[in-house]
Amino acid sequence: MADKKIIEVNGLSATFGEREVLRDVSFSAYQGEVTVILGESGSGKTTVLKHLLGLYDIQEGYVSILDNDISDLNEEEQKDLYLKMGVFYQNGGLLNSLTVGENVSLPLEQHTHLDDDLIRRIVLTKLQLMHLNGVYDMFPSQLSGGMLKRAALARAMVMDPPLLFCDEPGAGLDPISLASLDKLILNLRKELGMSIVIITHEVSSILRIADRIVFIDEGKIIFTGKIKDALESKNKEVHDFFHI
Amino acid sequence: MVKPKIHNNSKDPDKDFKIEQSTLYLKYSLLLGDLDRWIPAVQEYIKNMQDPITEINLDGLKKIDSAGVAAILQLKDELIKNSKDVKIVGGSPSIRKKIGLFSYQEPPASRDRRRMSFFESTAESFLNFYHDYMVRYFTLAADVLYWSVTDIFKSRTHRKGEFYNQAVLIGVNAVYIICMLSFIIGLVIALQSAAQLRNFGANIYIVDLIVISMMREMGPLITAILVAGRSGSAIAAEIATMKVTSELDAIKTMALNPIRFVIVPKMHGSIITMPFLTILANVMGILGGMLIAYLYLDIGPEIFINRMGETLYNRDILIGILKSLVFAVLIVLTGSFFGLNVEEGAEGVGKVTTQAVVVAISIVIIADSIIGLIFY
Repeated sequence: MADKKIIEVNGLSATFGEREVLRDVSFSAYQGEVTVILGESGSGKTTVLKHLLGLYDIQEGYVSILDNDISDLNEEEQKDLYLKMGVFYQNGGLLNSLTVGENVSLPLEQHTHLDDDLIRRIVLTKLQLMHLNGVYDMFPSQLSGGMLKRAALARAMVMDPPLLFCDEPGAGLDPISLASLDKLILNLRKELGMSIVIITHEVSSILRIADRIVFIDEGKIIFTGKIKDALESKNKEVHDFFHI
Repeated sequence: MVKPKIHNNSKDPDKDFKIEQSTLYLKYSLLLGDLDRWIPAVQEYIKNMQDPITEINLDGLKKIDSAGVAAILQLKDELIKNSKDVKIVGGSPSIRKKIGLFSYQEPPASRDRRRMSFFESTAESFLNFYHDYMVRYFTLAADVLYWSVTDIFKSRTHRKGEFYNQAVLIGVNAVYIICMLSFIIGLVIALQSAAQLRNFGANIYIVDLIVISMMREMGPLITAILVAGRSGSAIAAEIATMKVTSELDAIKTMALNPIRFVIVPKMHGSIITMPFLTILANVMGILGGMLIAYLYLDIGPEIFINRMGETLYNRDILIGILKSLVFAVLIVLTGSFFGLNVEEGAEGVGKVTTQAVVVAISIVIIADSIIGLIFY
């Protein structure tokens, strides 16, 4: 795999009120790899993700995504960057007032000039890829937890973005659904060449999909590197995470 | 309810502990079920003691749980008041491990703040209100109004048919309730006035009273209050739920502007439908007044309408319409503002929904007074 950096985070720190949530966080993610950001609940994983997505302003440090310094983007540049990213939210983030088909087609409707029939065909293809047949006209509230996640993944990848972010994709899923979702994510990387950044603390999932891990503990990076190095790490927290 | 089992080996509290010189020796077990008996007994002993206790010895203790640890630590805190230091000593490794595990330490106070004077705290409250509410409200207002104007002819910033959906939700669905309540209010105002006017032989002035009050004041105000209650709350709840469930983040990361995508169609729907709802409210209120004028003051519809033509000026109608437009903007802005400022969780959604309704109705009444003063 090429060692081209797609994400570079340097010295990222964040304080909310009097609470320091991130302290000098630095790591890189590489093209074509699955990078897993992991750590215990409350360690700052989701805060890192929100900084990467531009949902939080950067207080201190530098974040570059696909060669764009995200603190230095105007509205149009930010929009162009978003079009190259797919985001999969922990609870799906599907708009509950729209059907699954409308949700997945939304980015295509808003950002392309394709006709409705073609958009429908593309959406049905993506849903099929996610093993979701017959849900086009259903509302998110009518789907099971696993189906909801897969529908959200279909929306995240409907524009075929080169970079996909997933926030706790396995949360609330049973082991079989989780394994199936992991398989889909790995297929996306293999078939579409996507670079994927995943926030999770599911050890079984990490062992299946991760190429590289970034371990956060209490807002600090305590390990970053290849998964095989993490498994052999002497760091107590990292060792305990994988071996207890 | 299951009563906690008393694990103590002894029924006599004196045997659970002993005090020699300045040391309190704990024995047997100190479990949740023992505390009701143990704590008063120890306290009674300590109260009658001359010398302060400086040591709690756990060597004789066989069992302890989290409640027991809490009781020992609390006892230590109480004893420290009478002596410089109290040490907890002895105990098997298992007992010491539990003491460590269940020890609760007060988090250090974040900042030692001196007590503020009344004026300082009032000024700080005002500044917080200014930054947390006023600045953010007017920033949102500027954003929403800017995009509402620039997006009038752009359909790609929101979903197809969204304006129509919002017009139906905010306007069309409110028609029945607004018609019914406006009719009743017109009827009641006329009824209350009729008797007074008849005493003075001024029956015909019922028309002036009803028409002007409905057109300039009651029609727009009743409509705005009902829409604030119905749609203001719905807007706040919808946006708050979207924020809590990451839908707004998802919209943003799909390279869409949440204000243009979610709020602007509501603003358009509201601005278009509110004047029509207000006109309907005016008409229904006047019809209610007309009914009473006919039944109680013998003023027939023809006379009523003729008099209405003499009384009513275009200015009155336009002021009513202007008010309805201002109210439409304020209701959507207030609902959106509180929806966007929700804190996490279902409780937060309920809270901002209530706040949105109360504030929207208050702002509408204040705006009504200001417009009334300007166009008096």
